Order: sequence, then structure tokens, then C-alpha cells
Amino acid sequence: MKAYQRKLDIRNGCVDLSHGSGGRAMAQLISGLFHEAFGNEWLARGNDQSAFDVGAGRMVMTTDGYVVSPLFFPGGNIGSLAVHGTVNDIAMAGARPLYLSASFIIEEGFRFADLKLIAESMGEAARDAGVHIITGDTKVVERGKADGLFISTAGVGVVPHGLDLSAENARAGDRVLISGTLGDHGVAIMSKRQNLAFETEIVSDSAALNDLVAKMVEAGGRGIRLMRDPTRGGLAATLNEIARQSDLGFHLREEAIPVKPGVAAACELLGLDPLHVANEGKLVAIVAPELAGAVLAAMRAHPLGRDAAEIGEAVADDHHFVQMATSFGGGRIVDWLSGEQLPRIC
Amino acid sequence: MKYADEFRDKEIALGLAKAIRAEADPQKPYRFMEFCGGHTHAISRYGLEDMLPRNVRMIHGPGCPVCVLPAGRIDMAIRLAMRPDIILCVYGDLMRVPGSQGASLLKAKARGADIRMVYSTIDVIRVAEDNPGSEVVFFAIGFETTTPPTAVMIRLAERKQLENFSVFCNHVLTPPAMQNILESPEIRNIGRVEIDGFVGPAHVSTIIGTAPYEFFAEEFGKPVVIAGFEPLDMMQAILMLMRQVNENRHEVENQYSRAVNRDGNLRAKEEVSDIFELRDQFEWRGLGQVPYSGLKLKRAYAKYDAEVRFDMHELRVDDNPACECGAILRGVKKPVDCKLFGTVCTPETPMGSCMVSSEGACAAHWTYGRFRDHQQRRAS
Repeated sequence: MKAYQRKLDIRNGCVDLSHGSGGRAMAQLISGLFHEAFGNEWLARGNDQSAFDVGAGRMVMTTDGYVVSPLFFPGGNIGSLAVHGTVNDIAMAGARPLYLSASFIIEEGFRFADLKLIAESMGEAARDAGVHIITGDTKVVERGKADGLFISTAGVGVVPHGLDLSAENARAGDRVLISGTLGDHGVAIMSKRQNLAFETEIVSDSAALNDLVAKMVEAGGRGIRLMRDPTRGGLAATLNEIARQSDLGFHLREEAIPVKPGVAAACELLGLDPLHVANEGKLVAIVAPELAGAVLAAMRAHPLGRDAAEIGEAVADDHHFVQMATSFGGGRIVDWLSGEQLPRIC
Repeated sequence: MKYADEFRDKEIALGLAKAIRAEADPQKPYRFMEFCGGHTHAISRYGLEDMLPRNVRMIHGPGCPVCVLPAGRIDMAIRLAMRPDIILCVYGDLMRVPGSQGASLLKAKARGADIRMVYSTIDVIRVAEDNPGSEVVFFAIGFETTTPPTAVMIRLAERKQLENFSVFCNHVLTPPAMQNILESPEIRNIGRVEIDGFVGPAHVSTIIGTAPYEFFAEEFGKPVVIAGFEPLDMMQAILMLMRQVNENRHEVENQYSRAVNRDGNLRAKEEVSDIFELRDQFEWRGLGQVPYSGLKLKRAYAKYDAEVRFDMHELRVDDNPACECGAILRGVKKPVDCKLFGTVCTPETPMGSCMVSSEGACAAHWTYGRFRDHQQRRAS
């Protein structure tokens, strides 16, 4: 006789400790909620792992953790963010992302309805990016031991033969390209933090960049020295990191750096610098000067690169300074963010 | 961005830079102190130094409330915050300010103190209402600009009959500090530093007006221009100061006429004088004890005074002897003259106060301007 199991009450129910204990409840959560949302042949087989074939090329692998607060924000949620972030880390190698894993650490009492929304947007983000979430894990911890939900991911992809994007490839004279406006994600999140009653229409830029990257690689090939996605610490951190790794400096032109007026205004109010604010759907590319035009044109032809711009160039500099000609006419350093991003008070 | 971009216009800046060059007498040095950290930040962030002639030098003054807060006051706040019944609310800049022996509020928070970062005094009232079982203390700092919000908060607490709310008051005043700098022996007697004029902070003057500087300009014979915080405001103020110097005038001029008048905000001044009174002395990091430069709550409001309510004892801590913050705040030395600058003292691990806030002279130079040191070294 088949044991009766009550259906998951998605609308009113919530996660309890039994959903992480390895019993029927856990199996029900996994098949009823996650498999449903991610739906693919690998998960359907129900193994503890998934086997897959890999085509020609070198493999790339990445891992990432997501603890964003709030879990839902304008333009996405922790689920879509986890997929986009992982896909982008792979794509920055010029690689085609293929498979992801997702591990959920859920706090007791988390609403099924929210979990379903998050899982569904993960599934949707994965489908849109052409990747599959093929293995996962679920743990439930007592109330107060996690802030709602944490997601850890891993991702694998394949990079075509002959393509080797890395900071040491950069040369003085290379151009710095950025795929669009800066600071959208960070400001969208900050506007939703509960202690910050700040209304703004800024929507997170969270997006998978693999298709944009494919078009750029097509146009620029090995002329693309390296790519990075300027997430935490913003463009400033990314360029300082590249400067150190490539033993170069950078000269930027503030006028050329795209920032949405709303983001600029919010940063002004909070005492932040848009160059330090996180992005989740933007990339920086360091490109050989002779191919910069072609790569920029390919970026602008793509919906995620419409506002792409050339913002400066790499220069020889033992001190690895990232310098910027301000739009006002003076010069300054664009330094790492120091400490946490704290507002000035007056 | 409306009402901001207009004051950052490159074409107008180039015009002003040209006017400044034309005004500059090559035989004369022009040494102006911008009192306020907000000005220091604007100068560094927009790279104004590159647009001024070599004989026009800006000296970064002590007008950063975070920077001038003595380590002892931080220690007092940490000691209070470590009490289990206390929630300490602070502005974000204060979190990393070093107390004694590398202590900071950020580290105290990690060790379990309940310290909350707030953006406005209204947030503090909310925290007090949400936590009736805790004592909520606001770590109040800042010049005349941030004092009225603290006064409003105390009024609000009174009206709401909040019994679990108090203020650790560290509000300070601008004019006594400027006077203290001009009266310090190295400036007045030895003449090691000449200051030819002051850029006064506009936000402070939206509250106190321009009148309090009139005595000061007269007594010390130094021109004062009250200026806004946008880069064009700064450039215009510098030009106005140069004209006063060239014409041998020492007046109080108001560059920020779009928000500042002679008398200031009467309502705000009234609120502040209702609730606060002068302390005989207040310690400033770098300046030492400055008479009548700090505020405390009047006796009638003693129940909102955390120092009274929790019997807090004054703590005195000596600064690191190698730290030159004091001399830098008085304009006697530059950040690069300090042995600690950029070696053990950086924005990540600030030793002295000038490195803590981005408005501090050292942090501003480190974050935005240190490439010039290498350029100059190469040039020489």
C-alpha cells in the first residue's frame, strides 16, 4: 500500500526541521519544489550526483555563496542573483557556462511560498542563460541560525581552445571597456534595507552575461586580454586588482563612465562613490587598442551592452595607480574601497 | 543631477581657474585653510589642486567631527556599549575611529556590543521605541549643522515620553576652534605657518549665519569666505579670498548666498540654545583642550544626558607620539611629513584621526591625491 503524504501547503506552509532531516518531508520538498522549478533530465534521475559529457576545450569551474539581504529586491531575488553571479564568473573566462549546483541553507520557519518564488526564478534564470542546475543539497537550521536563506553554488563551463583570458595578458596602451552603467545593483539593494527609508526607481542590473561575452569573443578573439565583473567593491576594486596583477596602472576619464542619474543622486545622498558600488550585470574588458572599436561595437549591439563605453586605458606604472581625470578638470586616484561602505555624515 | 551638476561644470571651472591665475600675484603666497572636512573632500575628489597656481596652497583644517573626537571619548562610548542593557546608535563614520590600544566600535560590535548604525536621528527614536527593554543611547557628534537634529530628537523623545533614550553629547563649535588655531603659538608667535584666509563651512552657516565670523575677521585681520561644498563653490571662494588678500581687506564674505544669510536659522538656534549649553572645556584631537568649544545638555534635560544617566567618567588617552595629526590639523605639517602616513597608518588601519574619515586630511590625500607625491618626486 502506498503511504499517504499530505501535499506541501505552498501558500501557507513553511519549512520546519523535518525538511532537512533526510526523511520523507525532505524528499517531498526537493521533488515538489526544487525539481519542479529546475526541471531537467539530470535531476529527474534522482542521484546524489549528476554525470555529464564535456565537449572539446578546457573546463573552468567556480564557486560562490549568496547571503544578500533583503532576499527580494527590485530587479531580482537571491535565486536569480545566484544563477547570474555564478554564470558570470564562468563567462569572464570567455567560457560557455554549462552546469550549476545549488545548495540551500534554510532557516526554520521560512515560507514555502517565498522558497518557491526563489526556486522558480532560479529555474527561469538558468533557462534564460542556457545552463542547467543538475545537482543540489538542502539543509535546514534552527530559527535564528541563518538569515532566512543562504545559497551556495558551483558552476562549470568550457572555454574554447586558444582563448586564455588573464590579467597578466594586459599591456600598456590596452583600452578599458565597460558594458554599461555602474552602481545599479548596490543602490537597488541599499534602497531596500529596512533602516534606509529611501525611495528610488533603481532596479538591480542582475543579469547573465554569457551571451554578451560570446559576442565579444567573436568580435575580439584574443585581442580581449581579460574580463571581470565588477561586483563587491565596484569598478574601483576590479581595476585596482587588475592593475596589481598585471603590473600596470590605469588612466580613466570620469566623463566617459556611464552612471544613471538616479544612481548618481542616491550615491550623492548617501555619501557613496558609484565606482565603489556593486554591479551584478556588468563587465569590464581590457582589450588590445586595435580591436577595442570592434569589441565596443559588438557590445553596443547587444541588449546588455547598450550603454557600453571606452573609459580609459592601461599605462605603465610601478605604483599600480588607477588615476582618473575628473569631469571637473582635475586629477585623482580611484582607490580601493576601505572598510565597509559607510556614508559620510555631513 | 539637478542642483548639483550646475556646480560641477567644467567650462565654468576652466573660466574660474583662468580668473584665479590672473588674480594671483606670483610674488605672493596665498595660504588658505578650508576649515571643514567636506571642503577637504571636495578639493581631493575633484582634483582642484591641479587647477590652482603653485603659490595658492590649501591647508586642510580640523573641521571633520569624526577626526577631532579624542580617543578617550571613543573609549567612553565603547565602555558604555559593552554593557548588556545598552544599544548604542552611531553614525557610520564613527565605527572605525580608533580609541586606545586599537579599540574601535566596530571591534566592540564584533565582541558582542549592540551597536547600530543610523542615518538620521529619527532612526534612533525608532530603535528606542522598538526596544523598550534596552537603554538606547545616541552617540551624538558633529558641528553646528548636526546639533539641531539632536535637539529635535530630544524634543521628540520628550513628547513621546520615551524613558529608555539618552544622548552621549559630543557636539562642538566651529568659531572657537578657528580662534584656537590662530592663537596657537606656532602660528601667532613663531610664524611657522601663515594662514592668509579661511574658507568657512556653508552648512554650519546655514544654522549660525555669517555674523559669528565678523569678530574673528576683525580681531585677527584674516578674510573669511563662507563657501558651499561643490567644486565650483570652492573655486569661487578661493578667488574671493585672493581678491581680499590682494586688496588688503579682511571681511566676512558669503559665497553660499543660495542658502546662507547673516543671521542663520533662528528657529534652529533657538532649539539648540534651549537644550544645550557650553562646556567650559572640550578636548579636540590634535588641538587639545579648547575653551567653550563643546556643548552639553542643560540640567533640565539631564535625564537625556547619557553622561549623567550612566555616570560616565571622562577618560583621557594620549595619541600615538609619532602621530602628527595635531600638527596636520593646525596646518603646520602635511600628511606626507608624518612617518606613519601610508606605512602603518592607512584607511584600513588608521592610527590617527586624520586617516579615519574620508574627510580627514590624511585619508583624503591617501585616497585621492597620493599619486602627486610620486609625480613630484620624479620631477625633482
